[in-house]
Amino acid sequence: MEYQFLFTRIQPHGPSYPGVPLPADNDARIGKPLHSRLLGLFADAQIGPLYLGTLGSLSLLCGFIAIEIIGLNMLASVNWDPVQFIRLLPWLALEPPGPQWGLRIPPLNEGGWWLAAGFFLTLSLFLWAARVWRRADQLGLGQHTFWAFLAAIWLYLVLGFLRPLWMGSWSEAVPFGIFPHLDWTAAFSIRYGNLFYNPFHALSIVFLYGSTLLFAMHGATILAVARFGGEREVDQAIDRGTAMERAGLFWRWTMGFNATSESIHRWAWWFAVLTPLTGGIGILLTGTIVDNWYLWAIEKRFAPEYPQVWGPILDPAAR
Amino acid sequence: MKPEFYRTFGFLFWTGVAAIATAAFLVVTFERPGTTEVQMGFRGTAMEVVYNNRNLDRIQARNIVPAAIEPADPEGPRASEVFENVQVLGHLSVEQFNRIMQAMSEWIYPNENPAESCNGCHVPGNFAAEDIYTKHVARRMLQMVHTINSSFANHVQNTGVTCYTCHRGQAVPAAVWSQAPSNAPASRMWQVAGEQNRPVAATGYATLPSDPFTPYLLRDEPIRHQSETARERNNNASIIQTEWIYGLMMHMSTSLGVNCTFCHNSRSFASWETSTPQRVTAWHGIRMVRAINNDYIEPLRERFPPHRLGPLGDTLKVNCTTCHQGVYRPLYGAPMLSDYPELNPPPRRAEAASQPARN
Repeated sequence: MEYQFLFTRIQPHGPSYPGVPLPADNDARIGKPLHSRLLGLFADAQIGPLYLGTLGSLSLLCGFIAIEIIGLNMLASVNWDPVQFIRLLPWLALEPPGPQWGLRIPPLNEGGWWLAAGFFLTLSLFLWAARVWRRADQLGLGQHTFWAFLAAIWLYLVLGFLRPLWMGSWSEAVPFGIFPHLDWTAAFSIRYGNLFYNPFHALSIVFLYGSTLLFAMHGATILAVARFGGEREVDQAIDRGTAMERAGLFWRWTMGFNATSESIHRWAWWFAVLTPLTGGIGILLTGTIVDNWYLWAIEKRFAPEYPQVWGPILDPAAR
Repeated sequence: MKPEFYRTFGFLFWTGVAAIATAAFLVVTFERPGTTEVQMGFRGTAMEVVYNNRNLDRIQARNIVPAAIEPADPEGPRASEVFENVQVLGHLSVEQFNRIMQAMSEWIYPNENPAESCNGCHVPGNFAAEDIYTKHVARRMLQMVHTINSSFANHVQNTGVTCYTCHRGQAVPAAVWSQAPSNAPASRMWQVAGEQNRPVAATGYATLPSDPFTPYLLRDEPIRHQSETARERNNNASIIQTEWIYGLMMHMSTSLGVNCTFCHNSRSFASWETSTPQRVTAWHGIRMVRAINNDYIEPLRERFPPHRLGPLGDTLKVNCTTCHQGVYRPLYGAPMLSDYPELNPPPRRAEAASQPARN
């Protein structure tokens, strides 16, 4: 039989684990635990019990209201035909109010529903963030997950609320829809002269791709040293010859520098959190401070120049 | 059965479902390889035309030029002296006149059906009669062809156009547009976004507004929406407005069978300095289509019977696809007009038309 270490694909079956006892003012956890072999291939095989509580219930309720508003308007836009609803679902959307409404509150059928859906979705996200705080607090954890989630909410709020507010028009916000929000993204970049010349957009991409690189490096490192007990990252950090020392040496010999088993997680956390933070700044500056990023890049002399292959092309309207 | 069986079965079942879902995603998301790229701009700018090799045969089959009819003698008596009621082509010789009439019947009513061919426009036995609406339409279309061939050289160059450029053997050209009813009945309660969010070919199956023709190819709403300075206070163009323009551009791209970079360096769609000469041609094309729709087609609305009108009662109008049909030079640039000099405007009109084009 092959040597088994703690990182193993073997799924032990035993009685379900209910979790640690919680302080007195907590609700009971709900749901009878069950085990799934398939999910066990990806994560823990035990499903449930779940802690729902007041915040969780309210968050789900608000989220449900938001999704319901979006879904019913989509259904109305296919004349309540369920077949067309399924067929066209990726194309359907609840659109923000038109530019003529500015920041006024339009009738429901002209963008009012969009405002309502946005309100409930935002409420749902903040309730969920509060729930994350409370659950971490009750388990005695730090609030790193809470702040990371807040970073994501920041980007969401910039796109759907803060920037439209600054621009003076709800119409600057994103539609709720699968393809429509993607087409909106393309149109947004085109309207404001190519978002790729926005340095905060560039930073956001750096952190996004950097996150994937760090994730791959860290995941690979820990799996590679698992045979030395690498899953016990932290308590091995100062022990000679252990998995963690080898992992550190591997990177020090490869690139002259290595993270520690503590710092790699700070790297990962900051890269992940900075992705929406910088992205949100980039969006917030678009149309408010800078109206054409390409021309801004020309002005700041960082857009490369290419030779004119076709000779001078003149604007026919200017002749 | 043993629980073991159910576990194994469930595992295989869900793995199969996941595999099918992944395969479906790959098939609908990516195009199979087999493309030809032609570089159009400076290296590294991704300015290239991409042909899907599997579509080339189909597109070529759609753009074959029919053999030209024997040329006619331009000398001899004028058509206006011999025939009654010749209003537009009276300056041609009788032989030329008959030749172009024959060509038109082959291009537009190619059938032997007695209701078609000559009789598509003419009352049998009385060719001078004005009773059939198609005759009025055809007369106006001849004037339109004269105008295009004389005033819009900045779009059609020396290639020019003939009836066949659009008609291709059909009384109504294959690609025409009319205003479409809302996607869903308006509601006082719900928001139906009736102008957009449908997969239509014109806008490349995106969720962009599905009729980009009315604002830009019939009316002349502003197409330029990007600011001309990095920081501009007075540009109120909205994102939805950009989506309308985006829709028009997708139409141009799909009807010409080219990418954005055929005309633009996509890093700055607005900048003329980094664009290709084709963008100037396209700019004039938009004006030409606008002129065709406003000066020649919409004024014929009263002439057309209801079945030749769109669902909202407007005429079937022209857009880029009407001529281009998937290639950036209609009929691959075949110089059909040089085979049919009858379709050039009469000399007197040619002089008047050498005035600057209406832009």
